[in-house]
Amino acid sequence: MKEKLILVGNGMAGMKVIEELQTIAPEKYDITVFGAEPYGNYNRIMLSPLLAGEKSLDDIMLNGDDWYTEHGITFHKGKEIIEVDRIGKRVFAADGTVEHYDRLLLGTGSHPVVIPVPGHDLADVVSYRDVKDVDSMLEASRKHKKAVVIGGGLLGLEAAYGLMQQGMDVTVVHLMPWLMERQLDETAGKYLQQSLEARGMHFRMEAQTSEIVGDDNGIERVRFRDGTEEEADLVVMAVGIKPNKELAEKAGLYCERGVVVSDTMQTFDPSIYAVGECVQHRGTCYGLVAPLFEQARVCANHLAGYGFRLYAGSVTSTKLKVTGVDLFSAGTFQDEDGVENVLYQDPATGVYKKLCVKDNRIVGTVLYGDTGDGTWYFQLMRDATSVADFRDSLLFGQAHLGDSGHGGVSQVSNLADDAQICDCNGVCKGEIVQAIAKEGLFTLDDVKSHTKAAASCGSCSGLVEQLLAATMGGDYEAGKGKPMCGCTEMSHDQVRQAIREGRLTSLRHVFDNLGWNTDDGCDKCRPALNYYLISTWPDQAEDDTQARFVNERMHANIQKDGTFSVVPRIWGGVTTPQQLRSIAEVAEKYEVPTVKITGGQRIDLLGVKKEQLPGVWGDLSDAGFVSGHAYGKALRTVKTCVGSEWCRFGVQDSTTCGIELEEMTWGTWTPHKFKMAVSGCPRNCAEASIKDFGVVAIESGWELHVGGNGGVKVRATDVLCRVETTDEVKEYCAAFLQLYREEARYLERTAPWIERVGLSYLKERVVEDDDGRRALAERFHASQKQAQEDPWKFYSKNHDDKFEPLRRAS
Amino acid sequence: MTAAQPQAATQTPDWLPVGRLGDIPRLGSRVVETAHGPVAIFRNGVDEVFALLDRCPHKGGPLSEGMVHGRLVTCPLHAWNIHLDKGEAKAPDHGCVPRFEVKQEGDALYLNREPAS
Ligand code: SRM
Ligand SMILES: Cc1cc2nc3c(=O)[nH]c(=O)nc-3n(C[C@H](O)[C@H](O)[C@H](O)COP(=O)(O)OP(=O)(O)OC[C@H]3O[C@@H](n4cnc5c(N)ncnc54)[C@H](O)[C@@H]3O)c2cc1C
Ligand code: SF4
Ligand code: FES
Repeated sequence: MKEKLILVGNGMAGMKVIEELQTIAPEKYDITVFGAEPYGNYNRIMLSPLLAGEKSLDDIMLNGDDWYTEHGITFHKGKEIIEVDRIGKRVFAADGTVEHYDRLLLGTGSHPVVIPVPGHDLADVVSYRDVKDVDSMLEASRKHKKAVVIGGGLLGLEAAYGLMQQGMDVTVVHLMPWLMERQLDETAGKYLQQSLEARGMHFRMEAQTSEIVGDDNGIERVRFRDGTEEEADLVVMAVGIKPNKELAEKAGLYCERGVVVSDTMQTFDPSIYAVGECVQHRGTCYGLVAPLFEQARVCANHLAGYGFRLYAGSVTSTKLKVTGVDLFSAGTFQDEDGVENVLYQDPATGVYKKLCVKDNRIVGTVLYGDTGDGTWYFQLMRDATSVADFRDSLLFGQAHLGDSGHGGVSQVSNLADDAQICDCNGVCKGEIVQAIAKEGLFTLDDVKSHTKAAASCGSCSGLVEQLLAATMGGDYEAGKGKPMCGCTEMSHDQVRQAIREGRLTSLRHVFDNLGWNTDDGCDKCRPALNYYLISTWPDQAEDDTQARFVNERMHANIQKDGTFSVVPRIWGGVTTPQQLRSIAEVAEKYEVPTVKITGGQRIDLLGVKKEQLPGVWGDLSDAGFVSGHAYGKALRTVKTCVGSEWCRFGVQDSTTCGIELEEMTWGTWTPHKFKMAVSGCPRNCAEASIKDFGVVAIESGWELHVGGNGGVKVRATDVLCRVETTDEVKEYCAAFLQLYREEARYLERTAPWIERVGLSYLKERVVEDDDGRRALAERFHASQKQAQEDPWKFYSKNHDDKFEPLRRAS
Repeated sequence: MTAAQPQAATQTPDWLPVGRLGDIPRLGSRVVETAHGPVAIFRNGVDEVFALLDRCPHKGGPLSEGMVHGRLVTCPLHAWNIHLDKGEAKAPDHGCVPRFEVKQEGDALYLNREPAS
């Protein structure tokens, strides 16, 4: 018999737990859901577009009735639970339904706060929480003209905007001197007020409501403490929320402001869990979706019996969903000791940016008018990244850090619906926004799989994240700690740590010990795990070929027609007539359709058929070539220029240095591809300043560069340091490469890695710590013992016909 | 490569002996050239065997070179996932590739010459 799980509260947090359970432990529970509202689970944050008439109820449904049936979940729609009997493990609904549970999950959300002034119980006084409230407002807007919204916070302003869209004349009444005082400072609050006034919204600031005047026939006006009045036919109270803990309290569960839970989302009764707005965790109650989803994932993990995730609280950010108003706020930004404010303000364009920095870490931000970099600042804030290295250009945004790929389009909100966001797959802004709303997408991965945006080269991921943030309003689920794929709850960093600490040496170990929810992983996790295994345990772990993408399995690049391309290594880009002749002979013998000089100073044989590969490799290998790994997450090319041997400007022998570097590093597997270049003087003809590791000769020796990228997002290198001898170049190179191999996440190139961990950190490890550098270099050399066996030589002789069809019967 | 001894049940002309289970790597695939074009025979982690035309419904990529996981194969060209047992692309992608029946008798594998409807 399956255990019985009951969810009370068919809202966003509770249902997220149920959805998670459907993927990670679909067979574990017999699930019953009670929801007081007469609908399936809908996207509450989309109530504002619903009110504004920009969306329909169907558009904002997350799980309709069919979903429950399809997943075998019993759904008691429109039934409120009024009592929990913890001894007998039963719940009682208002209509008399009684159900037994083994585990109970509370997701009862919160109640809107109602100020108990005289008249608060009149018919046309509504709050703003659910579909029913939106219906009442819509109905009132058809009959009446004049609305007063009490509360100038996020909800109040969204309600006011929606009612204006419905043709009402709206006045917002706010107790404080500026709007959204919890999310904005005074300047931003005033900017916001001005721009809403320009749209026709009225305000009464620092006004305290004392009475709502009216009778059974309706409301007449709102009266304030100072004796003034405002005409009104509809009053919306949006002054805050309070956790809905009554049911829990009545059942004797320990509550303070909300239902108190531990880091595993358990209440004081171990068989009762709680998530969402009803919960108080480490003293905090949250009112935004992103932290609630984090809670939900942890909760599902424990309900599924895995028990390794902990909820440690969340940092949240806010975005107002009023079309055409751009504001973003996160963290703390009030003046306090040790906090320095970095400011930018242009009243003419209505742009205001404030970054609060403490000990070189961003602790808060308020952006108004240009929120393009909000997600970036937020990421820096949550990762506690040191901004010391780029503090002077921080306000100018990420584009000024070398991300010139999309320099012109950082303000995604200003783009038209038909503006193309994903240039690889041709996806426009409108399609993405629509998919986010319609399909209920919350993460970058969701958007990738539904729209294909950001699914190819990924350079538009940042823009898509901005769209997510803009469309969802508040914070959406972002990067850190996110599971590596659908097979696990663990993040890349956690998996890697577990591989190291648990001495896991095979994929099977990982799947079994870390509770993978699939038998053999997927196309996302398998290659990553294989890399983590072989880079952590070069001696013990066995390289699993079935965990490798076709190119790395075939040691050649697959082409659009299913043939392959073969690129032999040409050390430092230097070749000989004899080598060229051998390549020419191979090309002729196998009738290779295209021979091309690559952008990496080598020669590409394109259009080789699979069954020809062993022959081509064998001939190249006999002529002295090894694989160029043009296909791998591996050391690719080392470009060089002619250098001091020939060039009239050359100050060092860049060619020899490049060849030595390539001989030292070829064959190594890395988190993503790794490219190098050595230039013979600062004219830099080998383009060392856009390589993962670049070396530029100077009169006194060599300048070492790291973290360059020439692909989708061009990034110029950072200078690591200067050294004198070629041996030092090699030692620093080996150390840097090893640090990258050990610490970067799979598919993270050096450029984003460096932006994540900071240049100062790399200097600390590779430049300032002499012993540490030598140890890293030694570990690199040790791992190379296994790596420098040429795969072509091996497979040209050991292939058991597996490059041939199994049978030809045509 | 050794073709299996045809046995009574598979003597009919519909079934083409193609080899042994051991010829196909676990979580991998091998191709059989047929009158309909190349057919990829897959073997998954629990030794189930499936056969699909070796042409991805997206842009014709060779599914035989894809990564096999569970009952899915990920196309090597643009990473669509195809259900091995149905030939259909996994949502949210749409498309379908002809599927062929495979019969296992002992260690021997037989491929139906005609696609399953
Ligand atoms: C062959 C070559 C183009 C050419 O004809 O010149 C090439 C071909 C491909 N590049 Fe490239 N790149 C080639 C030089 C480059 C360069 C120039 C360089 O290395 O100096 C760059 C920019 C430098 C850089 O990487 O920072 C480059 C940036 C990319 C990128 C973007 C990487 C990025 O981080 O932004 C990709 C996509 C990826 O790796 O995900 C890519 C991916 C590819 C792939 C592997 C696409 C694919 O997945 O099938 C192409 C394989 C074709 C094949 O079968 O050979 N290629 N590619 C060049 C091979 C060089 C070599 O000798 O190995
Ligand atoms: C208008 C509006 C706009 C918002 N905009 C944003 C935004 O832009 N970004 C953002 O991040 N967040 C936003 N939020 C907040 C977000 O919607 C909430 O944080 C989130 O919905 C809370 O989820 P929950 O599951 O805890 O509660 P809810 O989603 O409220 O679900 C609780 C459910 O439990 C039911 N229930 C309660 N008690 C019982 C009972 N005893 N028996 C049965 N059922 C019961 C309730 O009827 C309700 O359906 C917005 C909220 C509103 C109202
Ligand atoms: S070789 Fe590189 S730039 Fe050219 S089409 Fe392929 S991926 Fe694009
Ligand atoms: S051809 Fe298979 S995914 Fe594109």
